[in-house]
Order: sequence, then structure tokens, then C-alpha cells
Amino acid sequence: MSLSSKHQPLVHMQNIVKEYFIGDQVIRALNDVTLDIWPGEFVAIMGPSGSGKSTMMNVMGCLDVPTSGTYVLDGVAVSTLSEDELASVRNQKIGFIFQSFNLLPRTTALENVELPMLYMGVPPRQRRERAMEALEQVGLKERAYNRPNELSGGQQQRVAIARALVNQPNIILGDEPTGALDSKTTEDILALLHQLHGQGNTIILVTHDAEVGRHAERVIRFRDGRVESDTAAAYEGER
Amino acid sequence: MFVEIVRVAWRSIQANKMRSFLTMLGIIIGVMAVILSSAIGLSAKAGVTKQVESLGSNILTVMPGSVTVGGVSRGFGAVSTLTVADAQAILAQDPDVAYVSPLVTANEQVIYGGNNLNTSIEGTSADYPSIRNVTMAMGRYFLPSEVQDASDVAVLGSQAYQSLFSGSTVNPVGQTIDIGGVPFTVVGVAASQGASGFSNQDDAIAIPYTTAMNLFANGNTVNEILVAAKSPDVMNRAQLEIESTLRDTHQLAPGVSDDFQIVNQATILNALSGVSRILTLLLDGISAISLLVGGIGIMNIMLVSVSERTREIGIRKAIGATRRVISAQFLTEATMLSVAGAMAGLLLSGVGTFVMSKVTGDGNLFSPAAAVASLGFSLAVGLIFGVYPARKAASLKPIDALRFE
Repeated sequence: MSLSSKHQPLVHMQNIVKEYFIGDQVIRALNDVTLDIWPGEFVAIMGPSGSGKSTMMNVMGCLDVPTSGTYVLDGVAVSTLSEDELASVRNQKIGFIFQSFNLLPRTTALENVELPMLYMGVPPRQRRERAMEALEQVGLKERAYNRPNELSGGQQQRVAIARALVNQPNIILGDEPTGALDSKTTEDILALLHQLHGQGNTIILVTHDAEVGRHAERVIRFRDGRVESDTAAAYEGER
Repeated sequence: MFVEIVRVAWRSIQANKMRSFLTMLGIIIGVMAVILSSAIGLSAKAGVTKQVESLGSNILTVMPGSVTVGGVSRGFGAVSTLTVADAQAILAQDPDVAYVSPLVTANEQVIYGGNNLNTSIEGTSADYPSIRNVTMAMGRYFLPSEVQDASDVAVLGSQAYQSLFSGSTVNPVGQTIDIGGVPFTVVGVAASQGASGFSNQDDAIAIPYTTAMNLFANGNTVNEILVAAKSPDVMNRAQLEIESTLRDTHQLAPGVSDDFQIVNQATILNALSGVSRILTLLLDGISAISLLVGGIGIMNIMLVSVSERTREIGIRKAIGATRRVISAQFLTEATMLSVAGAMAGLLLSGVGTFVMSKVTGDGNLFSPAAAVASLGFSLAVGLIFGVYPARKAASLKPIDALRFE
């Protein structure tokens, strides 16, 4: 659902470096990463633990800022933004799906899905309608008034996906979205993501699960903070 | 957005009912302390005022002062310098004086039938009831003619009556009682006036001062002179007039200090209400401290709540909540806790002061000013002590908050 053209990358990263300090030791989690992701792609970011893929996900999701380098998301140079401006970018351009679902407890599925629109300032009625539509899209309309602890893992992740797509973001960014699910549910969730991809959404998944990686059109492998390989996968799905 | 914030705050308060209640308890107790202490202050003030006024708010008491005898200053009241002539001069000469009564007092054994009582006998003029607002429960006060004749008549204080005539149903008026070996005819019983700080009028027995002077002969001096000014407004003028009259009758040369002193009822009232004001201030201070402690309790719980909800904060921030929204969330919660606590405290202390005013009969003791002040103070406490936890929550980094388990 990007507004950017096919001629402009949705994610443009150039010479991104991210360093952490642990005591007085410097850990270089991302070491001079340059990559572009185009609208409508289905990308898997893979690599062993410590390869920098989680840091990549945080930087790409504007949850963290790079130490140096340029990051342009949908034409906005996010590396120069303030904390509150980043919050607004996350709100409008990115939909997150987490391994542990990260739904608010004691809050109904519907209210969870409404949350991004609340921070965007959508009026209550419209919020409710759009949240219902999003839940319908993930096939959970009838569980709208259940709380997370009344839903199965797969259902919770569907609610999280509904929440991720309700603000019509540029990117749906998943961090091991199937990591906490059994294989049957994993298939369902991946099928749902494919469906969303088919509707034109850009999907980026960070995973170490090769099975999940096989679903992507493009796999970017990380090792020691660098891009090790960047290949169009041999995926020939139902598309 | 605001509605949503209030709803979330309410949900979080409800999710930990016991904890929220205990947090509010600090504020509840603080507010109750403020309201009830101001009620105690009001009640004390009303009590003091009522008591002093029941004895007449226009009364001046002339008491003997220090006398210098052969170069040695004797203490106040060591030698009485006041005479019946002084009392008559005051009544005759001073335009702002309404009534005068000399007071001649002694303690005597009083006997009626088998009952025996040692109490204060007060010799007064017939004007005494007008000065002290004495009303009669039975019979009458003695008459000017009886004072003139130094008759052996007595008026009993209500308690003195009860002690002497206990176990007896006979009408005391007309009965003969024995005071210090002299038979007196009871002509009346005064209604109860209550204790007045130093002496209990209800315990005393009044007789004509002329009679008293004969009995407790002490030359022609009297213990005190009670004077009623024409109104409470002319007290100070009356006091000056009395002073000048007495300096005349006592032939004091200019520069010689008074050998008497005049005590103004208004002065006593002021002194006593000054004391109750200090008492109220002290109580208010203590209650303010307890509200402050309640506020610290709120801050403590809000800090716990922030660290418990770190993950929730992370989720909200990831989804697009700004610092302002997160901070408003926790500030609202702290304020709701303190205001709810203040409301509960007001309700409880409303009941408390209602019971208190029923018991003491002091009328309404619930001070709206104290209610508004404590509500405002609680609100401020909630806001001030909510700021630090709210800032702490708002400044959490989304990735740190999300990683938090």
C-alpha cells in the first residue's frame, strides 16, 4: 500500500553502522550495511544468532537509531528524527508482528487492534469500524471481544497481524512471527501473510527458521553484522 | 484520547484492587486527618466561646492588685484593697457600667438533713444574675432589700442543690440549710451554667454579700468586684472609667501603679481562642504531613506499576505512543488514585464530623474550606508524586521495554 513508486526503494539503507557498549567494550552489531527493499517485496532476513539480524529489525522498525549511516524510509530520512517523530513514523509506516505477540493484557482483541489508530487520532467510531474490518480480514471477527488470555497462540498472532495492518503501513515487519507457534499454526499464519502480500503489502520477516525463509521471494542473510548474501529465493508459491 | 487514557487508568487501578485501595488509604487517612482536626479545632473554639459567653461577654472583673507594705511588694491578691465603697463608686460614677456586684467568697461546710457539702459560698449583690446571665430553675434570686438587711437567704447552684437534696423529693425553696453553723433559708436554685475554667458556678451557693461580710468578717474588704459593661462594645471604655474611679477612691498619686487589676472577659476569650488556633494549626500541620506521606505511597506504587508494565509501555511505544501520551497515562493514574482517595476521605470524614457534631451539639463541624483545601492538596500531591514515575515510564526506550521480561 505504499505511496512510493516502483522506482524508489521503500527502505533505503546506506552504510548503516550500529554499535553497542557493553562495559567499555564496543560491539559492532551492524557493520556497514547497505540495502534497498522495494514496495511489494516479501523479504526474509535470516542469519544465526549474533549475526545482527535483530538489530537490523530494530533499526528498520525505527525502534532504535543507527550509530551512523543513512536510513530513508518511504522518502523520509528517519535517522535524523526525534524520539516522538520516530513514534509517529512507527505508527503510520510500520506494522509490527512480534514472536511473543505483544498484545496488551486485560484488553479485548478489538481494543488492541484499535490502539494504533488511537495514537494516530482516528475518531472512535471510525476506529471501531476499521478494527472490525481488520479482524474480519484475519478471520477473527467473532473473537473481537475476547481478551488475549482467552485466545490461542495462533489467534493472538492473528490479532497482532490485524493490529499491524490496520493503519495501512508501508511495511509489515515480523520478528520471528511464528517462533512461538506449532507447525500447523505456522502454516496458517504464513498463508495469511502470503495473502496480505498478494494484496500488495510489503512484508519483511526476521527469522532463523529456514522453513519460514522458504516462503519469501528474497532472502537476505546476515553474518557478523554484514550482509552475507542477498538472493531471490526459489519460492514458487500460490501467487 | 483523554477518555481512552482515563479508561486505561481505571482498568489498571481495578486490576490491582487491593493495592490501589492500600495506596489510596494513605490519602484517605490524610484527608480525614485534615477534616477531623479542623472539626476538633472548630469544636474547641465553639466550646470556648460558648462558655465564656455564657458567663457574660461584657464582664470586667476587678481584682485586688499588689500592695507595697513598708517597701516590700506583696503578691497580687495577698491583701485585698477592694471595698464595698469601691463597688458603689463604680456603679455611681462610671457611665458605661450597667451592673456591679462585690464578691465575697469563702469555703464553708453546708448541711441539709443528712447531707453534708463543703463548697464555695459567694456573697453577691442582687444584680449578680444580670451580670453572669444566671437564670433560675426554681424560686428566685435574693432581692436588693434582702441584701440591704443582710438576710440569711441562699440561692443554690444546680449541683450544690443536687448534692444537698439528693435522695429527697422535697421542694428546696423555703427549706432551711446550715452554712457554717448559721441557718439560711433557700429562696431559689439556679439553672446549670457549666464550669468556667477556674471555678464551677454550679457547685457554689450564693448569699447576700452583706451577710457574707458579716459571717466571714475581713474588715470591709471584698474579694473581687464584678462589673457588667452596658454592652460588649464599650468594654474598653468601661475598663478605663473603672481604673480612673478606683485610682481616685484609693487616692493613688500619679506614677504610683494600680493596687488592683481589671480582667477583661474579651481578653480571656482572645487568649483562649489563640490557644485553640495554635492547636488547630498544629493539627493541620500534622495532617498535611500525613497527606504528604500518602503522596509518597502513591509515588512508590506508581514506580512499581511502571516497572511491572514496562512491556506494555514498550508495546504502546512501538505502536506509536509518544512520550507525552505515556506520561499522561501514568500521571492520570496517580491523580485518579489520589483524588479517589480524597473523595473517600471526604465522605468518611463527612460522616465523622456529622457524628461529632451530634455528640458535642456544636452544630456543623464540617469545614468546606478544609474540604476544598484537602482536595486541592491531594490533587497536587497526586500530580507532583506522579511526575517522576510518569517521566520514568515515558523515557523508557522501546527496544529495552520490549525486551523486558
